[in-house]
Amino acid sequence: MTDNLSMAKAINLGLQRAMRENDKVLLMGEDIGTLGGVFRVTEGLKNEFGENRVLDTPLAESGIVGTAIGLAMRGYRPVCEIQFDGFVFPAFDQIVSQLAKQTSRHQGDQSFPIVIRIPYGGHIGAVEHHQESPEAYFAHTPGLRVLSPATPNDGYHMIQQAIQSNDPVIFLEPKARYWPKGDVDIDGTPVPAHQSRVVRTGTDVTVVGHGAMVAMLLDAAEVATSEGISLEVIDLRSLSPVDYDPIVASVEKTGRLVVAQEAPGNASVGSEIAATVAERAFYFLQSPVLRVSGFDVPFPPANLEGVFLPDVDRILDAVDRARGY
Amino acid sequence: MPYTEATLQLLSIDGTLVESDRTAEYRALVDKLSDAQLQNFYREMVVTRRFDIESGNLQRQGQLALWVPSLGQEAAQVGSGFATRDQDTIFPSYREHAVARIRGIDPVAILSLLRGVTNGGWNPNDSKFRLYTLVLGTQALHAAGYAMGIAMDGKSGTGKPDADEATIVYFGDGATSEGDVSEAFVFAQSYQSPIVFFLQNNQYAISVPVSRQSRSPLYKRGEGFGIDSCQIDGNDVLISYAVTKVALDDARGGKGPRFIEAQTYRLGAHTTSDDPTKYREQSEEDLWKERDPIARFEKFLRAKGESDKFFATVKAEGEDLAADVRARVLALKPPSTDVMFDHVYTDEHPLISAQKAWLADYEASFGGDR
Repeated sequence: MTDNLSMAKAINLGLQRAMRENDKVLLMGEDIGTLGGVFRVTEGLKNEFGENRVLDTPLAESGIVGTAIGLAMRGYRPVCEIQFDGFVFPAFDQIVSQLAKQTSRHQGDQSFPIVIRIPYGGHIGAVEHHQESPEAYFAHTPGLRVLSPATPNDGYHMIQQAIQSNDPVIFLEPKARYWPKGDVDIDGTPVPAHQSRVVRTGTDVTVVGHGAMVAMLLDAAEVATSEGISLEVIDLRSLSPVDYDPIVASVEKTGRLVVAQEAPGNASVGSEIAATVAERAFYFLQSPVLRVSGFDVPFPPANLEGVFLPDVDRILDAVDRARGY
Repeated sequence: MPYTEATLQLLSIDGTLVESDRTAEYRALVDKLSDAQLQNFYREMVVTRRFDIESGNLQRQGQLALWVPSLGQEAAQVGSGFATRDQDTIFPSYREHAVARIRGIDPVAILSLLRGVTNGGWNPNDSKFRLYTLVLGTQALHAAGYAMGIAMDGKSGTGKPDADEATIVYFGDGATSEGDVSEAFVFAQSYQSPIVFFLQNNQYAISVPVSRQSRSPLYKRGEGFGIDSCQIDGNDVLISYAVTKVALDDARGGKGPRFIEAQTYRLGAHTTSDDPTKYREQSEEDLWKERDPIARFEKFLRAKGESDKFFATVKAEGEDLAADVRARVLALKPPSTDVMFDHVYTDEHPLISAQKAWLADYEASFGGDR
């Protein structure tokens, strides 16, 4: 069965299905129960599953993740919602020093199947702390997995895969893509969560991104076509681990790579991809790997987000520079 | 001074029982203790102290990177530890060596942490004694979450004392300033979770006195969260046992969280890296030596007629344990490099697998010469 859904609704259905299949799955977060979350991703789930499985928690992010760790020790599979990207940092110690290291500390005696959902990224004109892209912190942390869907179909399937994972997963939901609709294959078999995927084939330059940036790259590819340039677009889907094989295969074909991301570029996921592709595909590269990122400044006042965030023009500028070598 | 009118006590410093209306309920519990149970209290305190001293010696001899003594805090730990039931889950900080022993944790497993052999040391699902936690206060939230899970499972408040469960979490006076401890109070009270917060106020967070953490007695902080709270003489093993037993019974029974502040004193250093002479007076240590938990309990037992032979036997047990621990610590082997890679993730992870394989190839490239 195929349905045309927004990503917010698709993740909602994915959560519902995971909760129906396993009564150890429970949701925790601020305003996620009666309200259904500030983005309504958990709407209706408290009605179906009750307040013992959809917990409106006290307003304390470290408390949410810390108690989720205790619940996982008890055999539960908690799915925590952090209300906004910039609000994850009060939980940073529990995520980075506790959750991420628990599996190793326990040497196989205990798994920590906890999902931390974080709406992230810009394009919504919001106030400070509501538009950030914190993925590098988590991708840098051993013991965590980091996923980010770009489409409603991936939102539906990847949230279920994240919940099925026996490892902690940081699940980054691109706010800018919450509302556009797309086809969701409800009963289809999903591709593995940690595979990157070529979403548009091309021959001149490979462009790679994740989350909301994937739609931007596809727009850029359309514009490039009108200028006679063929872009191959890859959706990373998984930021830790990164599935490099499709990227390297693409670069072996195109010889050029542009990595795009909303996050500041310094020490970013894009930096890691640039370095790894340079190591693995050096003889195929016709130009340096170029990064298109947010500037290395705090996320600016929303009136300036259009300047801060990479757009089609900045992506095509990088494509032109790559082709100019 | 730490002991105030609020401080609950059964056994005075001179080893005699104190009568008080406020402690009558606890006295009744203690009166039910058998001679064998009282002997066990003494045995665990003495043997743990001997282990503690041996571990300090091992550190001084370069065999451990660090030692974290529990010297002086034995009564708080042994009393509360014996108050737990087997089905209760214990969340320690990193100084609860006596509680660990009561739960059957091999002392050498604790020392393997400090010898750099492991970051864990035991399977907490076997003992229900969770792993030591070094970031202060974080375990309070884990315990609160676990307790939420107990309630969700319908394993508290059923009126079946042999089946109902609770958690007890240990932390120190320094950790009370950490946000996680306050957040744990909030969650535990909000969800009315079966958890006992057991604070060992040993008067110092390394060098900083408790007056810097709080200008009011710490048990009052629990009251501020609406949690039933009390302060006990933490060097009195009998009150530690009885108050913790009642608190755990309440928690298991579905009455919500409880908070116990045990006034005690770290007779030794924070760790072997520390130098207490820099921040406290000898006279203060002398004062607390007069309140020593073991000496006091020994007086009590002798007055009850316990034989010299018993005390000699316990002393010998301590010596035997120390020798055994020393021998086995020295025999600990460095872990295989697999330990580094094998359990970072539960499921397959390509980056870790690739790095593990790379290291194996790299090591092999030396042809066994390295």
